[in-house]
Amino acid sequence: MSGVVDATETETRTDRDRDESLATGVFLEAYPREAKVVRICFGVALAALGLIGVFGLVQALHRTGFYRGFVSSADYYTVLSAHGVLVAFVFTTFFVAGLFTWAVTLSLDRPLPHPRLTWTWLGMLSLGTVMAVSAVLGGLLDFVPMEADVLFTFYVPLEAHPVFYVGAALVIVGSWLAGASYFLAYREWREDNPGERIPLQTFMVLTTFLMWYLSSVGVAVEVVVFLIPWSLGIVPQVDPLLTRSLFWYFGHPVVYFWLLPAYLLWYTVLPKLAGGRLLSDPLARVVFVLFLLLSTPTGFHHQYLDPGIAEGFKFVAMTNTMFLLLPSLLTAFTVVASMGHGARQRGGSGRLGWLRALPWDDPAFSGLALAGLMFAAGGFSGMVNAGMNLNYLVHNTLWLPGHFHLTVGTATALSAMAIAYWLVPQLTGKRLRFHGLAVVQPYLWFVGMTLMSNAMHRGGLAGLPRRTAEPQYDQVSFEGVVGTVGEMQLQIAVGAVLLFVSLALFLTVIVGTWLGPRGGQLRVNGDIPEPLSGPESAPRVLDNLRLWFAIAVVLVVLAYALPLWDMVADGVFQPGTPPLSP
Amino acid sequence: MEVHRYEKIWIGISLLVIVGWIATVVFGAVGPGIAMVDDSGGQIADPSNPTESDAFRDPGVYQVGENEYEVYVLARQFAFQPGTSEPIRVPANSTVTFYVTSPDVTHGFEVVGTNVNTMVIPGQVAELTVEFDDPGRYGIVCNEYCGSAHHTMEGTIEVVEQDEVNGTEGDT
Ligand code: HEM
Ligand SMILES: [Cu+2]
Ligand SMILES: [Cu+2]
Repeated sequence: MSGVVDATETETRTDRDRDESLATGVFLEAYPREAKVVRICFGVALAALGLIGVFGLVQALHRTGFYRGFVSSADYYTVLSAHGVLVAFVFTTFFVAGLFTWAVTLSLDRPLPHPRLTWTWLGMLSLGTVMAVSAVLGGLLDFVPMEADVLFTFYVPLEAHPVFYVGAALVIVGSWLAGASYFLAYREWREDNPGERIPLQTFMVLTTFLMWYLSSVGVAVEVVVFLIPWSLGIVPQVDPLLTRSLFWYFGHPVVYFWLLPAYLLWYTVLPKLAGGRLLSDPLARVVFVLFLLLSTPTGFHHQYLDPGIAEGFKFVAMTNTMFLLLPSLLTAFTVVASMGHGARQRGGSGRLGWLRALPWDDPAFSGLALAGLMFAAGGFSGMVNAGMNLNYLVHNTLWLPGHFHLTVGTATALSAMAIAYWLVPQLTGKRLRFHGLAVVQPYLWFVGMTLMSNAMHRGGLAGLPRRTAEPQYDQVSFEGVVGTVGEMQLQIAVGAVLLFVSLALFLTVIVGTWLGPRGGQLRVNGDIPEPLSGPESAPRVLDNLRLWFAIAVVLVVLAYALPLWDMVADGVFQPGTPPLSP
Repeated sequence: MEVHRYEKIWIGISLLVIVGWIATVVFGAVGPGIAMVDDSGGQIADPSNPTESDAFRDPGVYQVGENEYEVYVLARQFAFQPGTSEPIRVPANSTVTFYVTSPDVTHGFEVVGTNVNTMVIPGQVAELTVEFDDPGRYGIVCNEYCGSAHHTMEGTIEVVEQDEVNGTEGDT
């Protein structure tokens, strides 16, 4: 990989041992413009994360019944819409855009071409965000004459203000242009470096974006062709089943769009922070190719319980989903093995004793490692979701939020926080402040999430519905399979408070650093050592992105052509419904 | 590309887990015959008027065989009909097929504590068959957000002794 100072030298040294001269914000000095772009993206993403935490706390206290004074139960859904939209469209997209800008620039060792293009996509993402989020918050603020209480899934025929849909579309198209920036940078690099292997981080970015182009077409068609005209009254009715199928065509791969940035970090940065290096570059490439191939033809697993879709199509989606476990299991192996390698470089030994040699007091390291650990737990609960029959037990229960707070809510979010500890100094030239707070923050998140998520999973098994302001009824009672409902509610509430405090600590550290003075020893450096087994041993065909993209398209056609045809054969807008207010 | 021996073992185990997991579902489908919600319930051309359609009858409980019943349920903002204002009553030891649709927005139909669970989508009829063996009460909740009073949307199924059922006609 380029952007590397000297691979052998980093072998036995860790960040903090390096001397000042080598560690003064290399990225900022080499690429001031890109550093600024990444700073803006991270700024928006982390601010969104703060709001997500505020709304999350309100939800948790409200639905468990501990405190319902913040909003009415009708407004609960406005808050939940904001929480979900900020996660699905804002925090994740901006974090991905920022991280990938850093990764492409660093690994190609050149600035992004066409600055105008960069500012265009950044502008579109920002405008789209302002539109979508203000439409949602309009439900809470009387002076904003808009509402979008439709949650982040915006199922037809629940209606949102047109500004919401236009904002969502702008975010999607903005992300496409961000991808264009990365592909153009790669093309320029390729002209100068014919025959060379694509640098690993860039390879990861490009495969992720190919997957993203293929899958986000679904939601783009849903929003632009159907929802915008329908909300403006140009089209009288749209088909609820078709539009939700288009949504879920995008709705599963989108989670990989959120997750693959974490994978990129686990593969390329975590081993270095552990004191070692990635074991195998070729296997990392295989994993990303598998994600490109298998992420999209799986969306029907969110529709196992939908009427109107034949069982066979659901079965195909399930099979693909299960095979999608493979790249994640491979990743688990590599990550653990790379950490083990790092620990041994640091003098660790023994069957489990090596764990003690890892730098657990480095928040960038501990955050990434704990995020990976929680993701493994999330993977198991995901296997239950993916089982077509088990899904009946948990579909739309609290089990699901239990699951995805481990995945996007921790694997992505905690990785984002961890990498901020490492990157923000390199992007601002400022030494991390409040280091002590940063050290405890990932652990606090881990404990809070363990409480909240385990209780949500068990609550789901007891039948507690998700997306519900007051899950308590006159005619219905819930019985815990493990534990009592009261105890689960308590764990959810306490977990939520801890998560909120953890987020507050994180933002204190980052804002404090950002506003603080420049200079001083940064304590981090951006070198990324070469993998033990480099790209030379990877088969050339792995870099043939055209081939993989073509196969991915074929798989999508196989999985989706027939069921979509079933839905549109009777007329694209049939059976259709007019907009209805929530 | 060389792959370390441990990693090969790991890949082997991973593939076994994946194939095994798929096999359990296949087994569940062909063995105990766990049926999935699918397209068998049919479609409704004008979703806001389900009862006009051949695929749907007036909401209520219908006896269709000796121990077989069909129950037509409308899920609407914010009630199940029947289910909310009066319970759905079916006899014990019967096979009940539910047909559920919505004249307005998307809802959920979850019988709490069981794996009876389906989405209710305007324009589509969800069909699920359930065996009720013993008398008892089951709660129904809407588990898909359907609007500002979504959390009030609930109902009941009462499984009663054979001779306690009177209404075999559609009652709303
Ligand atoms: C302080 C931290 C957080 C707390 C206390 C919290 C709490 C909650 C609760 C209680 C719900 C369920 C509401 C319901 O179904 O009625 C929820 C939903 C959700 N949360 Fe969080 N959350 C937090 C952070 C996050 C983060 C960091 C992410 C992802 C990056 C996330 C993603 C989601 C998503 C996608 C939903 C589903 C929204 C929907 O159903 O429409 N949350 N959260
Ligand atoms: Cu999914
Ligand atoms: Cu509802």
